Amino acid sequence: MSQHESNAHSSPGCGAHACNCAGESEAELLEVPLTDGPIDPEIEAATRREFLCIVAGCAAALTVGGCSEITHTNFFQKRFRELGPEERASVIAGLEKEYSERFGKAVTVSTQPAREDVQFGYALDISRCIGCRRCVYACVKENNQSRDPQVHWIRVLEMDKEAGIDFEHANAYYDAETVPRPGHFYLPTACQQCDNPSCVKSCPVGATWKEPDGIVVIDYDWCIGCRCCMSACPYGARHFNWTDPSLPSEEMNPETHYLGNRPRMKGVVEKCTFCVQRTRQGRYPACVEVCPVGARKFGNLSDPNSEIRYILEHKRVFVLKNELNTRPRFFYFYGL
Amino acid sequence: MNSLRLFTRFGTDSLRAISRGNRLYWIWISFLLLLIGAGVTAYVHQSRGGLITTSMRDQVSWAFYIGNFTFLVGVAAAAVLLVIPAYVYEWKPIKEVVILGELLAISAITMCGLFVTVDVGHPERLWHLIPYLGNLNLPRSMLAWDVVVLNSYLVLNVIIVTYLLFSLHAGRAPNKKIFLPLVLFSIPAAIGIHTVTAFLYCGLPGRPFWNTSILVPRFLASAFCSGPAVLIVLMQILRRFTRFEIQNEAIWKIAELMSYAMGVNLILLGAEVFKDYYSNTEHLIHMRYMFEGVDGHTAIVPWMWLSVFCSIAAFLVFLVPKTRRNPIWLNVGCALIWVGVYIEKGMGLVIPGMTPDTLGEIYEYFPSHTELWVAAGVFATGFLVFTLLVKIATPIMLGEYQPAGTKLAH
Repeated sequence: MSQHESNAHSSPGCGAHACNCAGESEAELLEVPLTDGPIDPEIEAATRREFLCIVAGCAAALTVGGCSEITHTNFFQKRFRELGPEERASVIAGLEKEYSERFGKAVTVSTQPAREDVQFGYALDISRCIGCRRCVYACVKENNQSRDPQVHWIRVLEMDKEAGIDFEHANAYYDAETVPRPGHFYLPTACQQCDNPSCVKSCPVGATWKEPDGIVVIDYDWCIGCRCCMSACPYGARHFNWTDPSLPSEEMNPETHYLGNRPRMKGVVEKCTFCVQRTRQGRYPACVEVCPVGARKFGNLSDPNSEIRYILEHKRVFVLKNELNTRPRFFYFYGL
Repeated sequence: MNSLRLFTRFGTDSLRAISRGNRLYWIWISFLLLLIGAGVTAYVHQSRGGLITTSMRDQVSWAFYIGNFTFLVGVAAAAVLLVIPAYVYEWKPIKEVVILGELLAISAITMCGLFVTVDVGHPERLWHLIPYLGNLNLPRSMLAWDVVVLNSYLVLNVIIVTYLLFSLHAGRAPNKKIFLPLVLFSIPAAIGIHTVTAFLYCGLPGRPFWNTSILVPRFLASAFCSGPAVLIVLMQILRRFTRFEIQNEAIWKIAELMSYAMGVNLILLGAEVFKDYYSNTEHLIHMRYMFEGVDGHTAIVPWMWLSVFCSIAAFLVFLVPKTRRNPIWLNVGCALIWVGVYIEKGMGLVIPGMTPDTLGEIYEYFPSHTELWVAAGVFATGFLVFTLLVKIATPIMLGEYQPAGTKLAH
C-alpha cells in the first residue's frame, strides 16, 4: 500500500478507467498487481495508475486539468445551459473531433434549440400495435444506445386482454414466433415527456430539464449518476449506463444532438428524447417511421390542424398512471 | 496567541493519543486497515468496470449502498437521544457521555458520505453539488436538501466536539453561551437529517411502498434505537478498559428510552402492514414481496422475518427492567436492535420499494461481492474514525492532561 502511495505525486493519473495520459509503461504497471484482497481475479489487472487515480481522485484531475477519457469532456465544463455561445461552440467542436476520431467517420453534434410555437406530443394506438418491437431496435440504432449490454429506451409490454392494462402481470420478455399472440395486446412504453416530471424535480444538480418544446433532456456531462431520477420516474423510462456502452463504429449514427443521441459514457442516465436530433428538423422520430402498422403518431400540439390534435380531439385517449398527475405528453388511444 | 499555542498542544496531544495504544488497540486498527484495503481494492474494480459490478440494474437502481446510507443517517441521530435528557432535562449521568454520541454522529455521517460517493456513477463530478461552483438544485430536489442538512449536521458536530474537547484539554470551562445554543440546535438538525432522508423516499409518488407520510416518524423511531445501541456497547467497553466511570443508571435510562422508541417503531410498522393488507390494493404487492415473496421470488423474505423477530425481541428485552439491567441481556438486546433495524432500514426499505419495478417487473436483487467488500471498507473507515476520535476524547474527558485531574466540567 505504501509503495503505491509513495508514487502518488510522481504520476498525476486520472480517471477510473483506461487513460491515455503519458505515464509509466505497461510493463512497469503490471509489476504491481493488487492481488491481496479477497476479490475476484479480474481485479488483478488493476494497475498502479488506477489505484492512484482513486486515491488521488479529483486532486489529480485538478492539477492535470484535462483528462478527457474520464468523462469525454473537460472536468471543469459548466452546465450546457450555462455555456455562452463561444464556450458552446468550443465544446461542440471538441466533441465532434473526439467522436469523429473514435468512430472513424464525420460525426456532427447539433445544439439546435427548440422551435417556437412547437409543442411536441405523441400518441400510440394500442388497438393497432402488434408487439413486433421494430420500434425498440430502430430506436437503438437511431439513438446510439449500447449494444452490449443492451439499453432499450422503448419497452413493449405484453398484456392479457382479459386483465386489461395491468403492469403487475405485464411481460416485457415475451418470446414469440409470431405476434400478436392470441389473447394478448401490446403496450409500448418509453419516456412520457411529462409536463410535471418527477425526474426533473428530483435531480440534485439540475442535469435534466424540460425544454421549451416539451422534451425532457439530460446533460450527460453534468449528470453525477446518483439515479434519483430513476427512483422518481413512474414509467421506468430512465436507463443507467452500468458499464461502458459498446457502440460499434459501423453502427454508429453520426448525426447527433448534444441533448439526445450523442454517444454516452458509463455512469450516466439516458432516456428517450422524442429523437430530438430528428424532430427539431421537422422529421418524425425513428419509432414512428419504422412502425409497420402505423400505431405511432407524432406531431405539434400547437398546430390545430396536426394529426396529433385530431387524435386528441376525436379518439378515446388516456395516459398512463393518470393518478400521479405527471401529465404526460405521451398519449395512448384506441384507434379501432 | 495563547489560544493558538493551546490549540497546537491540543493537536499534538491528540496525535500522541492515537499513536499510542496497547496490543488490542493495534490489532483492532490493523484489522480495520485491512478491511479498508479490501474495500479500496473492490472499489477500484467497481470504478473500472462500472456499477455493473454491483447487482444493481435499471429495475433495482438503488440498493445495498443506499440502504446502508439510510441506516447510518439513523445512527447519526444517536447524539440527540443523549442531548435531550442531558441538556434539556439536565440529567447528570448522561451528560458525561453526551460527547460520545456526537463522536458517533461524526463517524456515521462520514460513512453516509462515503456510501453516497461509492454509489454514484461519476464521483469526480460531485463538485456539481456545491452551490455557486456547481448547481445544487434547491429547493426542488430532496437529495439536494439531504446534502445540505447532512453536511450542516456534520459541521455542527465537528464544531461542538472540537470546542468542548479543546476547552477541556486547555483546562478551561467551556463557555455555555457558545456551546449550549449549538448543542440545542443539533436537536432539530438531527431530526432534520432523518426527516429529509425520509422525504427522499416518501416524496416519490411513483413508488407506492415509499410514498407514505408515516415514513418520517418511522425513520425517527428506528433511528432512536440503532444509534444508542452502539453507544451502550461502547460505554461498557470504555468503562472496562479506561478509568471512565459511566454510571449504570445512564446505560439503563438509554436502554429504557430505546424500548419506547422501538415500541413506537413497531406500532408504525404494524400500521403500515394493516393498511396495505386490509385495503388490499395493487400496492400490496411490495409488502407481499417483503413478507411472503411473489411468484416464487423469496430472496428477501427470511431477512424481513428475522428483522421483525429481532425488533420484537429487543423491544421486550429493553422494556422489562430486569432484563435491561442484566449485562448479558443488555448486550443481546443491542445486537438484536442492530440486526432488526439494519435490515428494516436498509435493504428492507430500499429493495421492496423497487420490487416489482414501476412496470411490474420483478428483478431479485442480492448484493454482489464487490458491493459487500466496498461496504465493508466503508464501515471499517467509519469505525476507524470513531475509534480514533474516542481515543483522542477519552484522556481529555478523564482530565489526564490536567494536573488537578478535573473531569468533564461542563
